Amino acid sequence: MITKEDVEHIGWLARIEISEQETVEYMEKLNSVLEYFGQLDELPTEDIDPTYHVAEVYNVFREDEVEECLPQETVLVNTENKQDGAFRVPKIG
Amino acid sequence: MAYENPDGVKIGLEIHIQLNKLKTKMFCGCSTDYHNAAPNTHTCPICLGLPGTLPVLNKKVVEAAIKVGLALEGEIAEETQFHRKNYFYPDLPKGFQITQYDYPIVSNGKVVIEGEDGEHVVGITRAHMEEDPGKLVHIGSIEKSKGVLIDYNRSGMPLIETVTEPDMRSPKEARRFLDKFRNILEYLDVFDGNLEGAMRVDANVSVHWGTRVEVKNISSHKGVERALLYEIMRQKNVIRRGGKIVQETRHFDEGRGVTISMRTKEEAEDYRYFREPDLMPMRVRDWIPKIKETLPELPDAKRARFIEQYGITDMHARSLTSKIMLADFYEAVCAKGVDPKVAATWTADVFLGELNYRDLLISSYDGGTIGFIHAKDPEVKNSFKVLGMTELVNLFSEGKVSDRAAVEVIRTILDGTEEKTPSQIIKEKGLFKAEDDLVTKAVAEAIAENAAAVQDYLGGTEKSLNFLVGQVMKKTKGTADAKTARELIVKELKE
Repeated sequence: MITKEDVEHIGWLARIEISEQETVEYMEKLNSVLEYFGQLDELPTEDIDPTYHVAEVYNVFREDEVEECLPQETVLVNTENKQDGAFRVPKIG
Repeated sequence: MAYENPDGVKIGLEIHIQLNKLKTKMFCGCSTDYHNAAPNTHTCPICLGLPGTLPVLNKKVVEAAIKVGLALEGEIAEETQFHRKNYFYPDLPKGFQITQYDYPIVSNGKVVIEGEDGEHVVGITRAHMEEDPGKLVHIGSIEKSKGVLIDYNRSGMPLIETVTEPDMRSPKEARRFLDKFRNILEYLDVFDGNLEGAMRVDANVSVHWGTRVEVKNISSHKGVERALLYEIMRQKNVIRRGGKIVQETRHFDEGRGVTISMRTKEEAEDYRYFREPDLMPMRVRDWIPKIKETLPELPDAKRARFIEQYGITDMHARSLTSKIMLADFYEAVCAKGVDPKVAATWTADVFLGELNYRDLLISSYDGGTIGFIHAKDPEVKNSFKVLGMTELVNLFSEGKVSDRAAVEVIRTILDGTEEKTPSQIIKEKGLFKAEDDLVTKAVAEAIAENAAAVQDYLGGTEKSLNFLVGQVMKKTKGTADAKTARELIVKELKE
C-alpha cells in the first residue's frame, strides 16, 4: 500500500510540488494501479526465467570511431544562461 | 609477525578510473580528447542528454572492463546489463546516470599488496561500467558560490568503478593498494593516469570495527593517505570524548588536509534504479579467451622474472616494475649488453630518485626514449635516452667516471634543455675520473694543508676523515672516486 508519505517522498524525488489534495488523489490512483498489477502475483512463476528485455537481443555495440561533435554555439543555442562557453546555473545545495 | 591493527581500522575503497585512452565516449562518437579544449565543444545530442536520443555502447569499453576484470583475477558475468541511477544534479543532463547495478560485469577479484605484515590480499567486490557526468565550475569559492558553470565535455566519458572489500587496515595499505591498482591499469594500457580526473577515489573508513564513514573527493593517490590519517584521528577523538560516530559522508578538503561533514540530507538517498531500456543486455564471456591473449605480463609476474633473469634485488625489481614504461626502458638498457645489476642501481635508485625529486612523471616511452612531464605543469617536459643510460652505465662500470660524476650527468640531462650524450657532458664539465697520480697528489696536499684535521683523525675523531676526503674531492673538482680517496688518505696516515 502506498501511503501519503510515500507520495510526498516521490514528489520530492521528482522535484514536483504536490498539493494536499493532489497527494490524496495520487495515493488512491497509485494504489489502484498497484492493485491491478498485483493480479500478476497470482500466477505461478517459480520455474520461469525473469524477462530482462522483451526483445531477445544481446550485444549491441558500436565501434570506437570518432564522429563530429556539435559546435559550441549550437550546444548553447537553447539557453540564455551562458557564460564563457558554459551553461550557467544557480548555485547548488 | 602479524599486524595487530591496534585501532581496529577497516578501509574499503571505491575507485573510478576514466578510460581516457579510448578514442570516443561511452555511448556516442564524441572524441575523448577534450582535456585542453574549450567548454562544450566535445558534445552531441547523446552526451548532452537531449530527448529522443539513443545511446549505443562503445565495444572497447566492454573489452577494457573484461581486461581489468581478468587482471584483478575476477569473474566475468555470464550476463550483464545497465541500469539508470536517478537523481537531479546539473552535471547530469538526463536526470539519471547510466551505470550497472545488480549485474556488474566483474565480481570477486583480488589484488595482492605489500601490507603491514608482508603480502596482504585485498578483495575486489565488483567492478562495473558507467558514464562520467559533466564538470561543474563554481564562480568564486564553493562556500560563496554565486553560480555554477557547466561544461559537458566530460559527460559520457567511460568509467570503470572498482569497489574493494574493507580489507585495508591502515592508510598506508590503502595507498599501497592504489599504487598497485594504478600500476596494473597502466600495464593494461586502458588509461593515462597523468591526465586530470583520470582516477578519483572515495574511501569508507571505520575504527574499532564501528560505524563507517564515507570520505569523498580524494583526487590523488597521495591524497588518500592524508585523508584517511585525518579521518581516523578524528574518529578516535570523537570516541575518546565519549561521542558516537555517525554514518555520514564527508568531503576531503585537499588544501587544508581535513574532512568536512556534508550536511546529511533529511531524505535518505533513493536512486530508484531500474533497467536501462535503451541498452540491450550483454553476453560476452566468449570474448575472454581472445582478450586473455592480449593481456600483458602483469607487475607481479614481471617482478619475479626481473629477479630471476637479471639477478637483481626484490627492491630494485619492485621499483623498476612500478611503471611499465620504466620497466621497458630498463629492459632496453639491459638488452644493450650492460651489467643488469649496475643498470638496476642507476635506473631504480638514482634516475628514479632524481625524477621524483624534480616532481617529474614518466609519461611516454617509444622504445628508445623515455619522456616525462612535470606533475604540476604538463608543459614542462624532458626525456632520457636508452642509449644515454647504456653509455653512462658502461662508463661507470669501466671505472671511467666516479659515481658522483655519473649522478651529475643524470642531473645535467634532466635539467638541460638541449640534447647531449653522457660523453659530451663529461667532456664539457671535465668529469672524467681523475688519473690516479692526480688523486695521490691531492691527498698529499690535503694532508699537508690540514694538520689539525689530521691530528683529530689520528686522535680518534672519525669525522675528520670525511673532511679530508672532502678536501680531496674539492681539489679534483669531484672527479676523484670518494672511496679511493678515503683509502689513500688512511693508507697515507697509517704509514
